[in-house]
Amino acid sequence: MTDRALEPGENGAITWHQVEEEHHDHGGGATILGFWIYLMSDALIFTSLFAMFGVVSGNYAGGPTSREVFELPLVALNTGFLLASSITFGQAIPHIEAGRVGPTRFWLAVTGLLGAAFIAVELSEFAGLVAEGAGPQRSAFLSAFFTLVGTHGAHVTCGLIWLVTMLVQIGQRGLTTDTKRRLMCLSMFWHFLDIIWIGVFTFVYLYGVIR
Amino acid sequence: MTDTLTKTIFGRLTWDSLPIHEPILVGTFIVVALGGLAVLAAITRYRLWGYLWKEWFTSVDHKRIGIMYLVLGIIMLLRGFSDALMMRGQQAVAFGSDQGFLPSHHYDQIFTAHGTIMIFFVAIPLVVGIVNFVMPLQIGARDVAFPFLNNLSFWLTVAGAVLVMLSLFVGEFARTGWLGYAPLSELAYSPDTGVDYYLWSLQIAGVGTTLSAINMVATIIKMRAPGMTMMKMPVFCWTALCSNALAVAIFPALTAAFFLLILDRYAGTHFFTNQLGGAPMMYWNMVWIWGHPEVYVLVLPAFGIFSEITSTFTGKRLFGYSSMVYATVVITILSYLVWLHHFFTMGAGPSVNSFFGIATMVISIPTGAKIFNWLFTMYRGDIRFELPMMWVVAFMLTFVIGGMTGVLLAIPPADFVLHNSLFLVAHFHNVIIGGVVFGLFAGMVYWFPKAFGFKLDPFWGHVAFWGWTVGFWIAWAPIYIVGLMGTTRRVHHFDDLSLQPYFIVAAIGAVVILIGILGFVMSIIMGFVKRDQLRDTTGDPWEGRTLEWSTTSPPPAYNFALTPVIHNLDAWYDMKTHGYQRPAEGFRPIHMPRNTGAGVILSGLAFTLGFGMIWYMWWLAALSFVGLFVVAIGHTFNFNRDYFIPADEVTRTESQRPQPLEARA
Amino acid sequence: MRRQAPNLIGHGLRLGLLAMSALLGGCSRDVMNPAGDIALQQRNLILFATLVMLLIIVPVMVLIVLFAWRYRRGNPNKTYDPGFDHSTTLELVIWSCPLFIIIALSAVTWTSTHLLDPFRPLARIAPGKPVPPGTKPLEVEVVGLDWKWLFIYPDLGIATVNELALPTNVPVHFSITSTDQFNAFYAPTLAGMVYAMPNMRSELNAVLNRPVETTGYSSNYTGRGFSDMQFRLRGMAPADFDRWVAGVKGSGGGLATQAYIALAKPSERAPVMHFASVQPGLFDRIVNACVEPGTPCQADVMHRDMQRAGGTAPGSAVKPAAPAQPKPGDPHHRDMTRADPSLAPGAVRAGHA
Repeated sequence: MTDRALEPGENGAITWHQVEEEHHDHGGGATILGFWIYLMSDALIFTSLFAMFGVVSGNYAGGPTSREVFELPLVALNTGFLLASSITFGQAIPHIEAGRVGPTRFWLAVTGLLGAAFIAVELSEFAGLVAEGAGPQRSAFLSAFFTLVGTHGAHVTCGLIWLVTMLVQIGQRGLTTDTKRRLMCLSMFWHFLDIIWIGVFTFVYLYGVIR
Repeated sequence: MTDTLTKTIFGRLTWDSLPIHEPILVGTFIVVALGGLAVLAAITRYRLWGYLWKEWFTSVDHKRIGIMYLVLGIIMLLRGFSDALMMRGQQAVAFGSDQGFLPSHHYDQIFTAHGTIMIFFVAIPLVVGIVNFVMPLQIGARDVAFPFLNNLSFWLTVAGAVLVMLSLFVGEFARTGWLGYAPLSELAYSPDTGVDYYLWSLQIAGVGTTLSAINMVATIIKMRAPGMTMMKMPVFCWTALCSNALAVAIFPALTAAFFLLILDRYAGTHFFTNQLGGAPMMYWNMVWIWGHPEVYVLVLPAFGIFSEITSTFTGKRLFGYSSMVYATVVITILSYLVWLHHFFTMGAGPSVNSFFGIATMVISIPTGAKIFNWLFTMYRGDIRFELPMMWVVAFMLTFVIGGMTGVLLAIPPADFVLHNSLFLVAHFHNVIIGGVVFGLFAGMVYWFPKAFGFKLDPFWGHVAFWGWTVGFWIAWAPIYIVGLMGTTRRVHHFDDLSLQPYFIVAAIGAVVILIGILGFVMSIIMGFVKRDQLRDTTGDPWEGRTLEWSTTSPPPAYNFALTPVIHNLDAWYDMKTHGYQRPAEGFRPIHMPRNTGAGVILSGLAFTLGFGMIWYMWWLAALSFVGLFVVAIGHTFNFNRDYFIPADEVTRTESQRPQPLEARA
Repeated sequence: MRRQAPNLIGHGLRLGLLAMSALLGGCSRDVMNPAGDIALQQRNLILFATLVMLLIIVPVMVLIVLFAWRYRRGNPNKTYDPGFDHSTTLELVIWSCPLFIIIALSAVTWTSTHLLDPFRPLARIAPGKPVPPGTKPLEVEVVGLDWKWLFIYPDLGIATVNELALPTNVPVHFSITSTDQFNAFYAPTLAGMVYAMPNMRSELNAVLNRPVETTGYSSNYTGRGFSDMQFRLRGMAPADFDRWVAGVKGSGGGLATQAYIALAKPSERAPVMHFASVQPGLFDRIVNACVEPGTPCQADVMHRDMQRAGGTAPGSAVKPAAPAQPKPGDPHHRDMTRADPSLAPGAVRAGHA
């Protein structure tokens, strides 16, 4: 369409206006692009937190070391929850595209439950550490650990709130252009958190235990 | 019992938090309060509340949001500049046994507030405001990609600005310098509310800036008019694109640094403390990873403004358009690789220092190329020295000096003697005033008739111009010299009486700049008074070349009745030379976003959240936090966000607009 | 014309140097009027770089004014060529002019940054006067306190507050730290500035060439008492310096743990103080934040942490090098992120009860 508009009109005069009113979609492509850019900037926040963690990850200040505080089996379970939730969200995608409300809600609900399980395990891990006296105030290492993992957890929590909101909106309005677009953004957000978690798992937990 | 209750309700806010013992602040408060009351009374008297709320505060129109940003920036400029006057006054008198008229407790807040306000609440709002107003018009769009987000970004910036202003009268502002370096900004060394005001106001405003930057990038990439390829995009849009992409890339580092400092201060963590393994140097790295590119976030759009103006007033296409674009992109990328030059003297190795020094110098190559491009745009031109063009020439002459001292400071051994001296302070004022501020004034004078339909008063415009340009050199040349004498920055009083003459001259320069600022305000007022004489009926008062001049001044809400099609870089010049006639019929209904008050409400909640956190009123902070979520989610349930302007209404509006070419003939 | 250019540049350089020194000289605290060889080289570098840049800045400024004047609308004799918006040759010139200047400056930057690295031991005392082999630099330990400067002369066993006396033409090696804040140790006539940071140890090598009475500063804002955080910088002929040392030894008390803790309390406008003796190892304990009896030293804590974490302690893998004569560029000696653990054992515990 753009190309045609550039060609001279019928009389050989230059076309100065798009004759057919373009569907000026404020959402659509721009929303997905904007959300991508947002995710990139969020990724940079995580990068900063990772960098901070990297700088102080050996500063135990006489407190517990990473080997002493990390329980890999628990973290493995947690990682399993989150990875599974990404898969279940993936299951919902074809149903969203096809506009099938029932299966969409089912898979989203499963995703939400897995995410909630992830948060529950993380909170219990945190509570255990604080009870042992290994809270975020103990050393720079623990400050950075709690902040990096906690920020990720806060993002997942926001994702859960968003997901519940979407379940309600799908229930009210079905899978319209608007709700579909929002679900696509949520899906990007969810996978993004998954990728961040893989970084946390490798860089914080695995490396912390084998270093 | 009542004590605990008061503590729970008011946190650490007590009657002592009000600075009634500081006569300067009490005086300021009385003036501000009376002025504020007068404004409120006038609004009420003329029944403007409904109009302001419906047409402006809740507006999602990029033009109105842009204008509101500019109003915010100018108000904050007056505040930031009064800080500057007080500093110059203090340093001009505080010699020998005289401690000046400001106690150091107050003076230290002033220089912190001055830097913070000038960058975050003057330069950023003015730049964002001009980009907001001009860019969608230049790319032939009806609005930005996310109109509601735009409104929210603006009000978040306002919330931050209000918090900073509030710190004048309730509590105090930070005494740390404008970047709040750790460990000084840690709770152990700055236990009062100052740093908390600093952190929360900037954090809230920073969210607004980031969202706005995302919005602008998406707009430029997705919403250009058909035919406008990237290489047919006006240079101002290119600089806006690079500037906002850069902002998206750097603000997260600042947000993270502030977030970690907030945790240190509120949750007792040890990121930047001296104890238990904290690494304060990391704070310096993070803020400067933001801080250095931020200079380019501000100056690139200014470069864009100069490019547009030079091209218009020389009556020529911009010389070397593509090299201008490449230079902009190169600067954007390089600016990310130079932050360490802000602390060469912290003892990184000579190889690291050389790398960052040379990377910094390399930036001057594309910047130099830009200067030459403007120069050769003037070459064989037909230069009309209207006010915007005068600003451009003043910028070029001023900025090259600032660039030169910048390259000098980029040489690490030179920086070892000049770092933290007033030479450094003079350097960055030279580039920020000479580059950004001159650019913003040029832009405001240039696009004012587009926004309001009449030009600024030229006499007062000249007063503003000469006040700023002459005042700048009177104010900063002596500072350069005392910097070369080894005088350090942020000093409250001096022992060496031989320095006093320099500071007195600098203070006189500040007063001359004040004349420039007041001249600008007067040029708006007198422009309004004489608006019938200064009226722009054509929509194209400067013989412009880009698309924004093809519509009327001020443009209708929908900007363009029909989406324009672009064939040439100088789109409007191209249309004019081909005898373009604006169509009078054949319109279709126009799809527009609807105004919403959600942005104001969310920002109000962000403000109360910040206020609650600063004063340890946990209930208020918690309520506001929950409120933010509730309102944000509630807003997503509002699906009624747009409407259509019917075709016959468009026809009616269009028929009332004069044809630009007819009007001229 | 082209053949004459180097000559012209040489002349210009000399003239410019003279003019700028004359313009900016005269004040004793002047960056432009240094008393030390390092500061002198830094000043010459500033002047050289400025002149190189003026080679392009001045013509550009002249052209700006010239073009603005010649191509104004009111000038009937001008050429107006609206089509002149591209010229490959001109663009090449535009990009290469700044490029050449920057290449030249980069070369200067690279070499001067390495030669004038504050961590690098001095090679010369003054132009054409190399450091005699076997010279041991005078050790001075600098501590930025709130808000005063403490100078410890470990080899002489004395300490001062807010007064730094140096013998002329003797290389000095400073070890610099701070207790609470990021200060910057700034002696413009001596060698510029280096940050003084808590838990970290930075270094500076410098020399003073003539007797001076001048001032040094903290150049990084540190709060309330910052403006008065200055020290007297006194250059003395070696004989005068010896007399000064004897004078300090004959006056005042000693600086041991309790005296230091009292001194370290924040105070403003602190007077010059002299200490006839200093507890050995005090500086290392300040760097390691363990002056207070019963506080574990950071280096030891980190050493133990490393062992518990199963890694090797950074100090243990490296052969102890002589700290006074570090090899230039050895990365181990410039690990600014934490206190150098190799310094802690022995020296530190000597001071502990």
